[in-house]
Amino acid sequence: MAVISQIALHVFKESVRDKVLYNLVLFAVLLISASYLIGQLTAGQEVKIIKDLGLGATQMFGLLIAVFIGIGLVSKEVERRSIYSLLAKPVRRHELILGKYAGLVLTLAVNILVMAAAMYAVLGYMSWVESEEYRQSWEAPATDPALLLAIFLIFAQLMLVTAIALFFSTFSSPILSAVLTFGLFAIGHFNTDLRNFENVVDSRAAAYLARALYYLLPNLEPFDVSAAVVHGQPVSLGYVVLTTGYAAAYIGALLLAACFIFSRRDFK
Amino acid sequence: MSVYAIRLHTLTKDYTAGFWRPRPIRALDGVSLDVETGEVLGFLGPNGAGKTTTLKLLMQLIYPTSGYAEILGRPAGDVAARRRLGYLPELPYFYDNLTAEELLVYFGGLFGLSAADARNRSAMLLDRVGLGAERRRQLRKYSKGMLQRVGIAQALVNDPEVVFLDEPMSGLDPVGRRDTRELIGELRDEGRTVFFSSHILSDAETLCSRVAILVKGRLVATGRLADLAFEIQGWELVVTGANTEALTALGLDDVTTVADGRVVINLPVDRAPGQLLPELGRHGFSVVSLTPRHESLETFFMRLVEQPTRTGS
Repeated sequence: MAVISQIALHVFKESVRDKVLYNLVLFAVLLISASYLIGQLTAGQEVKIIKDLGLGATQMFGLLIAVFIGIGLVSKEVERRSIYSLLAKPVRRHELILGKYAGLVLTLAVNILVMAAAMYAVLGYMSWVESEEYRQSWEAPATDPALLLAIFLIFAQLMLVTAIALFFSTFSSPILSAVLTFGLFAIGHFNTDLRNFENVVDSRAAAYLARALYYLLPNLEPFDVSAAVVHGQPVSLGYVVLTTGYAAAYIGALLLAACFIFSRRDFK
Repeated sequence: MSVYAIRLHTLTKDYTAGFWRPRPIRALDGVSLDVETGEVLGFLGPNGAGKTTTLKLLMQLIYPTSGYAEILGRPAGDVAARRRLGYLPELPYFYDNLTAEELLVYFGGLFGLSAADARNRSAMLLDRVGLGAERRRQLRKYSKGMLQRVGIAQALVNDPEVVFLDEPMSGLDPVGRRDTRELIGELRDEGRTVFFSSHILSDAETLCSRVAILVKGRLVATGRLADLAFEIQGWELVVTGANTEALTALGLDDVTTVADGRVVINLPVDRAPGQLLPELGRHGFSVVSLTPRHESLETFFMRLVEQPTRTGS
């Protein structure tokens, strides 16, 4: 456990010194802040626009951080041969994978907190400058705590994406890992279509294949509750727990597979 | 405690090459070798002989096709054994965004050192490899030679009993090579077992109690360098006060003038310097140095490949 936390802290330290990360976070915060101006262009919809843009930016930039740092975590160590000195230390290979994963999740958590804080700051300002009557017209309060649920599910989704990126990076190049991870992210958002595939095709084999893929590939659509939260619709705690459980199971399976592959690899 | 710090038993490694029709390529072929505790072993061989493969097998960065390796009585890759060893990879590379001190503190932490202990240890080691003043500089700004020194420092962070150094002299300038030689000497004097690979014979000459020579994945010779009978192929004689006519008169034609009026004379093996030196003295030359020109490791290897495996005393 001590080794895993040492590696995780190292990943965090390396990431926070990465210029790419600063650029991404800075850009996200700028975009969230700019959502205030964009909101002004729409009569009566400012708060919704700010929430939509804020959550969208958090997801989008979180995804870029998860993928671009995630794919390099292991493959960069192998490519640059820094893995040689690391694995000669009393570090088991699965500890390296788990430490790397934990480190990136920590980095991601801090970044999402920064982006969430920026969004709440803009929303808080909106709430402060507008009159009481005007505020009553909003579907949900500006600084709605339910936003935190949406942010939490974005985080859970990004943890899953990070595990996918890490999994691919244990056996393929950074570019291929990035392509595959973005591919799975896109598929994950259209996964529900696979379940309904039998309604559009007659072939039984194709329907079974689609159903198998539906269960095998990650389903990321349930993690997106932004629309409901922005429109003030309730998201039940049970739903959040179930979706988080799904993420945990999928992440567990991916990390297990990553550890399995990585433990058998030759570092030529 | 086992008298052997390192044991290799018929260690073999095949790589596969080719995508459509993969065929095995034998990188290491049944290498057996025992290294005693406290010994400095030079693991020599030309490029591509399998030295790095052997070291990677010992670190379990790759898995053997057959055979096994033991370090301190435990199988290679065992975490308890790794606590007691240090390893410098060939052309080491670390993390760009960390400073040398942070790297050593990180690696120290992996050995269970507290942050304070790891910092003290890193300061001491970076001083020892001559990087004390640069320890707070990010590694991206380090030269190749400086990275090599950091590599040596990180290999010693846990005060190891056995130290593996893969081409420790590569990338170093003459001062760096001398420092590294001295450092290996110190490690030997401290009673540590040192296993270092090199393709340069002179690296091993001054340091090793024993050498093992690897050619094309096979161990072709082990023993003391002196016993391995490297053939003398001639002599390199450096003199001053030379005038070319006198040298020609003495029948010396392979002559090169270098700086400060010094002349390098290459003597063939059949021209014994013992007889020539008094003659040179009579012509007013003074001798600066006389060095035997051994056959190169490569030539030695080539000769060995054509002979059965041999072992020095």
